[in-house]
Amino acid sequence: MTLDQPEILKVEHLKKYFPVEKSFLEKIMTANRHFVKAVDDVSFSVRKGEIFTLAGESGCGKTTTGKLVLRLAAPTGGKIFFNGEEITTLKGEELRTLRQKMQMIFQDPYASFNPRMKIGEAVGHPLMVHDLAKGAEKRRKVLEVLERVGLSPPEKFVDLFPHQMSGGQRQRAALARSLVLQPEFIVADEPVSMIDVSLRTAIIDLMMNLRRDFGLTYLFITHDLAIAKYISDRIAIMYLGRIVEIGDRDAIFSHPIHPYTKALLAAIPVPDPDRKRKATELVGDVPSAINIPSGCRFHTRCRYSEEICAEREPELVEVSRNHFVACGLVGH
Amino acid sequence: MAEPLLSVAGLTVVYKVQKGTIHAVEDVSFSLKKAETLGVVGESGSGKSTLGLSLIGLVPFPGKILKGTVFLSGKEVLKLKKKDLRDLRGTGVCYVFQDPMTSLNPVKKIGDHFVEMIRTHQPKVTKKEALERAAKLLKDVGIPPERVSDYPHQLSGGMRQRVMIALAIALNPSVVVADEPTTALDVIVQAKILDLLVSLRDSYGMALILITHDLSVVLERSERILVMYAGQMVEYAKSSVLYGEPQHPYTKGLLKSIPNIELADQKLETIAGGPPDLLNLPGGCRFWPRCTYAFDRCPREDPALYETEEGHLVRCFLYDKSRGNKQ
Repeated sequence: MTLDQPEILKVEHLKKYFPVEKSFLEKIMTANRHFVKAVDDVSFSVRKGEIFTLAGESGCGKTTTGKLVLRLAAPTGGKIFFNGEEITTLKGEELRTLRQKMQMIFQDPYASFNPRMKIGEAVGHPLMVHDLAKGAEKRRKVLEVLERVGLSPPEKFVDLFPHQMSGGQRQRAALARSLVLQPEFIVADEPVSMIDVSLRTAIIDLMMNLRRDFGLTYLFITHDLAIAKYISDRIAIMYLGRIVEIGDRDAIFSHPIHPYTKALLAAIPVPDPDRKRKATELVGDVPSAINIPSGCRFHTRCRYSEEICAEREPELVEVSRNHFVACGLVGH
Repeated sequence: MAEPLLSVAGLTVVYKVQKGTIHAVEDVSFSLKKAETLGVVGESGSGKSTLGLSLIGLVPFPGKILKGTVFLSGKEVLKLKKKDLRDLRGTGVCYVFQDPMTSLNPVKKIGDHFVEMIRTHQPKVTKKEALERAAKLLKDVGIPPERVSDYPHQLSGGMRQRVMIALAIALNPSVVVADEPTTALDVIVQAKILDLLVSLRDSYGMALILITHDLSVVLERSERILVMYAGQMVEYAKSSVLYGEPQHPYTKGLLKSIPNIELADQKLETIAGGPPDLLNLPGGCRFWPRCTYAFDRCPREDPALYETEEGHLVRCFLYDKSRGNKQ
């Protein structure tokens, strides 16, 4: 559907290493420094109008990738392109202008609002920061966007404090706050994971409608593959800072290839008491991101692992159209 | 039929706060047999945790159990003296809490948790024996026994939850209540922990109460399901019945709102509105403002639990056979 659209975002060999703090003694005793390799050579691109999902377990680097893309964190290496323009090293005024076009929605609707700011102020704040509207004009825009995210009548909601609203309403307000600048691209980091099940669908449907009406593009970050399946056009599965499989939604769910993707899919609870579930095949826990295993970083937990897996780090290989897998036993 | 291991009738718990009375749990009844799993499902604030805690008399202040009975192996739990209640918490009903990161004492070794737990209830056991038992229990939950001398921070979240489960089964309780045991964990770890709980249930012959907000989890792993809404049980049935023929409009709505990865092109639906303020409940049925089937009787009267068939209870006027109902 969106294949003919231009790429809005392109990421090449993106890396983010966080240095591990050492004590003074350790610093003088040992020469080598350690790093948490949160994002370790990630490349992907997102087309205009697409919902692209980064999925994986906690600690796989999906949130860090989202922050890097928005330049909320400085990458250690790699390049980021937005609308064909490199933004990896933008600074100051240029970066501020860019941020009008890229916004983020955070996971926790309870923590992402200033408790002392009324909703109207919070939603209008970006307009003030970017000096786009003031006074009556600002109020008009705020009311309009609140109405648009289903907080109606908006006149009632502008004067509420965050604690007077439910989690679902706050997440709607967070959407309003990101939309008020009329961005092209939104990073949504687990936007529904803290919202009650019966209200989740409403938020997701709202996000889908907004995409259609405003021509938005989403980078959706989630650990919940059932939701990823419902919402995404394309999905990238991450493990320990790398993308192990990337493809169209149907390809990932109907023909998963990487053993990790398969294990993730098998672990999702299916709401059907008559279905017999298989025990999960994965052994052990996710290794530490400081001490990443040699070769394929998944080989320590993989039941198909062979000698070569510990030696060579597999690259993403196209196994069918637009479906890439990084597994040493596939396509080499 | 065998006598139920645990039977709860008309349990009602309130929290008296400054602004009024919160009816956290109202009129909950169910029974549980040996080696059976009951799933308790509800959204945040539906009273599911309060229900679990009240089974062992642990309702936090200012909560109070107003009415109801809890019988465990023929003994009335809510009338027990403090000392007997303490015994019960080790050997009768054990609780696995939601957050494995904060439930273990960070300055105590894993083994010491077991020693404390075992020796509190069985003072004659020596420390050495207790540690041996700890090693065996850890093995049962899939942790290398040498980890008894580790501190909690040296274990991953999944391993800590395994330790919590090992602690809960240390004294061979007859019922284990697991309150959102996997909510803080990743999906693969979640699947493993749930598999572990069910296999321990079978090998230790205990009953399991699985409290969760995730209907998928309990549909998959429990025999019976109790659905809570705003403090009340609204439906209670066998899992297969609840899945195949849900009756309460809330259960129907919930089932339509959860994604199932095995279905292609599923259309999800939402239940309009949000859960009510527990201090300011709507009159009559607590669900009626969100219900698409609501009719004139719903805001006026409180629905009772109607038994629509053997073992299937529903709190909805649509199933009141004593009176004709018009929609």
